[in-house]
Formats: sequence, C-alpha cells, structure tokens
Amino acid sequence: MFIEKAVVRSVEEIAEGIFLLSAHSPSIASIAKAGQFCNIKVSETDFPLLRRPFSIFNIKGDFLFFVFDTHGLGTKILSAKRKNDTLDILGPLGNGFDLTGDYQTAVIVAGGLGVAPFSFLIRSLQDDKEMVSYLGARTKKKIVNLGLKNVSMATDDGSYGFKGNVVDLLKKETLELSKKKFRIFACGPNPMLKELQSLCIKNNYDCQISIECAMACGFGICQGCPIESYEDKNYLLVCKDGPVFNANAVKL
Amino acid sequence: MNSVDLSVNVGGLKLKNPVLLASGTVGYGNEISQFTDLSKLGGIVTKSLSLKPRKGNPPQRIVETPSGMLNAIGLANIGVEAFLKEKIPFLKNINTTLICNIAASSIEEYVECTKILTNEDTIKAFEINVSCPNVKEGGLEFGNNVNTVRKITAEVCAVTDKPIIIKLSPNVSQISEFAKAVKAEGGDAVSAINTLVGTSFNIFTRKPKIKNITGGLSGPAIKPVALAKVLEIKRNVDIPIVGIGGIMNWMDAVEMMIVGASAVQLGTVNFINPNAGVEIVEGLISYCEQRSIKKISEISGSFQI
Repeated sequence: MFIEKAVVRSVEEIAEGIFLLSAHSPSIASIAKAGQFCNIKVSETDFPLLRRPFSIFNIKGDFLFFVFDTHGLGTKILSAKRKNDTLDILGPLGNGFDLTGDYQTAVIVAGGLGVAPFSFLIRSLQDDKEMVSYLGARTKKKIVNLGLKNVSMATDDGSYGFKGNVVDLLKKETLELSKKKFRIFACGPNPMLKELQSLCIKNNYDCQISIECAMACGFGICQGCPIESYEDKNYLLVCKDGPVFNANAVKL
Repeated sequence: MNSVDLSVNVGGLKLKNPVLLASGTVGYGNEISQFTDLSKLGGIVTKSLSLKPRKGNPPQRIVETPSGMLNAIGLANIGVEAFLKEKIPFLKNINTTLICNIAASSIEEYVECTKILTNEDTIKAFEINVSCPNVKEGGLEFGNNVNTVRKITAEVCAVTDKPIIIKLSPNVSQISEFAKAVKAEGGDAVSAINTLVGTSFNIFTRKPKIKNITGGLSGPAIKPVALAKVLEIKRNVDIPIVGIGGIMNWMDAVEMMIVGASAVQLGTVNFINPNAGVEIVEGLISYCEQRSIKKISEISGSFQI
C-alpha cells in the first residue's frame, strides 16, 4: 500500500454526469488487483475533509483509471480536475476478486456504476474463461459500457434493452448459463446486490459481490464501515475484509 | 542527533517526543504501521479496551461534516484477553510508548481491566476513557458526573503504579472542575478533549445520518473548542495535559502546546494522512530549530495573555 501523489492525465465525461479519470500513479498501478480500491483526497484543504473511496476501473502501464458519478461535493471537485493536477491517492486497498478456481464462464452483473471494477477484472481473467455480462442502468443516457463482452442490457425505464432490473434479466438466462460451470462477479447498489444474493443463496451459485460503503480511512483503523457476517459474530469491515465478499458471507 | 530535545514528561510518563496517536484512530497499531514508522512517534494509544469484547454499533457509524466527522463506533473492541494474546506480540516491537485506553460500563470493570493489563510490561500508562459519547452505559454518564470521575480515578490509581491519564469530555460546562477532581484523587494527567456530541440529518428522508442518532464530532472543526478547554484547565489546575482535538499539522500541535498541552494526540488526521504523526514531529523540530528552542517542553503553556 502506498500514499502516492499522482498526476492527472485526463478527465472526460463518458456518459451523462459520469466521468473517467486517469492518473499517473506507478507504485499503486504496479501492485493493484482487480476489485481493489483507492481512497482519494480530492482537495488540499480541510473541506471536504475525508478521502473518497473509488474502485480501480482499470490499469494501463503506470496509469490508474477511475470512473465516477458526480453526486456530491467530492466527486464534483474530482470531475473539475485537469491535466497535470496532482491527486493524493492511498491504495491499493481491500481484497480484490478471487479469479482462481474451477469455473468456465465468468458472469458479470453490474448495476449502474457497478461497472467500475470490471474492465480491470476482464483483463485479469485467464484467456480460457468465457465471459457474459449483464448490465443495468436507470436509463439509456446513464449506460456505461466500457470493455464488457457479450453484454445484455437492462434499463429501469426500458429506454434500452430489457425493461426492468438487471437481476430479473439474469434470472431469465440462468438455465442457459447453467450448462457450464460459472462464477458471478457482481457490483452495484445494495438493493440490487441483495436481490442477487438471495438468488445465489437459493440456487447455490458461486458468486462474489463488491460492496460500496461510506468509510473514512479505508484500511481498518476507523471502524466506520462494519458489515454483518453470516460466519463471524463480530462485524467485518468493508474496507479491509472486503470490498469483495462471497455472496453468502455477509448480510446486506 | 537532533539539536532539539523533543522528550517530554507527562505526569511521570516519559515520551521521546510529544506526538501521540489518539485512541480509536490507530486500532492496535498494525494497520497504520503499513504507512508510517511508529518508532518515530512519542507513542500510541490503543483503541478503547473493555473487559469483554464489544461488537460496537450497527452501521451507519460515521458521516462527514464541514471540516469534521461524526462517529458512533460504540467502542467496538476485542476485549483485554484477546488484546494481550493477539496484539501485544506486535506492539512489543514497535519501539514507541504504548498507552492502553480503557472504557467500561461500571467502576468495577475499569478496575478489573486495569488490574489485568498492569502486569503487561509493554504497557507504560493507561488512559481512562470516561467520556465516550456513543454508548448507553458508562461513557458520558460517567464523564458528566464529577463525583463518578473522582471515584473512577481513585479506584483505578489504587490498582496500578503506572501513570493514569483521565480522558475528559468537552460536553460539560466546566472542564477544569473535572481536572481538579482527577488531580485530587491522584491522577497523573488528563487528556482533553474527547469528541463533542453532534448529529446530522438527511433533509429528504428526515432521518439521522448515523444509526446512533448522535455521534462524536472530531476533526479541524473542533480545534478552537479543544484549545479553549485545554487553556481553561491550564489556567485553573496544576496537572499535565495531553491536548487532543482537530490537530492536522505541526502548527496545530504547536498551538495546542502553547495553550498548555505537554503532549498532543492526533486523531481524525490519521484517517486522511496516516503518516501525519511523523510529519508533525519533523515540523516541530524545524519550528524549534528556527527559534533556537532547545527543549520542546519549554513551549508548553507558554501563552502570552
């Protein structure tokens, strides 16, 4: 783990209110794994005070990529960064996805900005794995589809693809998927993950979910991001024990 | 070799420099050691320990506020037994002073924890948390009552030879009365301040942003309050003070010492810059060198009013 002063290379709006930022951060880029995150200080002042956690969207050479929605002050400041601005990045944090094991198909299920960790995951998968992706968004303008393969789309308002949520879309196709051994990798809003979780527990699907949670430090000292565990009577921490968990391990 | 003598003595507790990391912002040292060299600090204060493990409060536990944050962790900790077994082996080798913070739901529990932990040589002092705002039993119930603070101080001091620091609440009208009580009962020092009770609501759902409804406010937002409380104690009671509250950099640390602190603790800043402690020590050295201050302890309480 490092605290690195990264230099911004570019910030571009890739969908309505959604930005892709790249920054030169060689130390973090050299060791990060798919599914890990970074905690970014967006300002040099005490306001906003805390760092903001972002999934690592991708890594190319010495560059880190992050994708984010401008829903609060921190992300607004981040979206206004320009080439050669510096960013104070702490990372890589948390445990990434476990890509090892016996499965033939990687099934990606992403809701909204839940696509964030998957470009990196796809690059990290071994070539012999097949890949199918289910991507959900509120509406067509909010779709972020960068680098996903074999994509089926769902939108809440039906403006593109299946009308409804991405888990309902997935349910329609599980019979087809079940012909081969598959593992689901999922990320998205909690209600979506909750629905997916009950589907996976009921059918005993192999599934890893990446969870979003407000946090302060990102590495286990503030204890601000507890999550109830099915296995341990104590809380787990999303930052340190996650953000990726087996779908049957945590209570959402 | 530094030309400045950074060592300080806080009520009999000798520290190599006045920069400590505050309880609840450094865990048990292992996580933060990935980012900083703990041996360069004056010491660390453990997360509050209770006799039995505590699960802590359900989420949401924290929320950011203007230049600050609210937390209601609820004293989640592994308990004294697991602490001695699992955490002491690491803490033995960090080469800095270890202070154990104790939180409890009854006077008996404070005494029991202290009795058990005092046998461990690695622990050099105790900080008694009588001021956690986020638990139902103990916490502020104790910290708001000068007679209870008096009793806890007396009983804890009776079972250990190690220095006792009582961590005071700012959520009282006269903090110096509490410091007087600590001194009268043989406490070696006070630390001030713990967090201020605050809350934050979502205007759309009209619900509190943290599950506990109220939490403890920390960060740069509370620094002026902390300075005023430390100054009040300094001007009214002859007892060493460990200053805590919103210190983000070496200038804040100097300011805290000027108003009366013998040493300082860093809290919220550790979440943002886990290497802040080491940077602050370096800043203190330059400050002293540039002003030909030979001993850093000279600046404690050196205010000109």
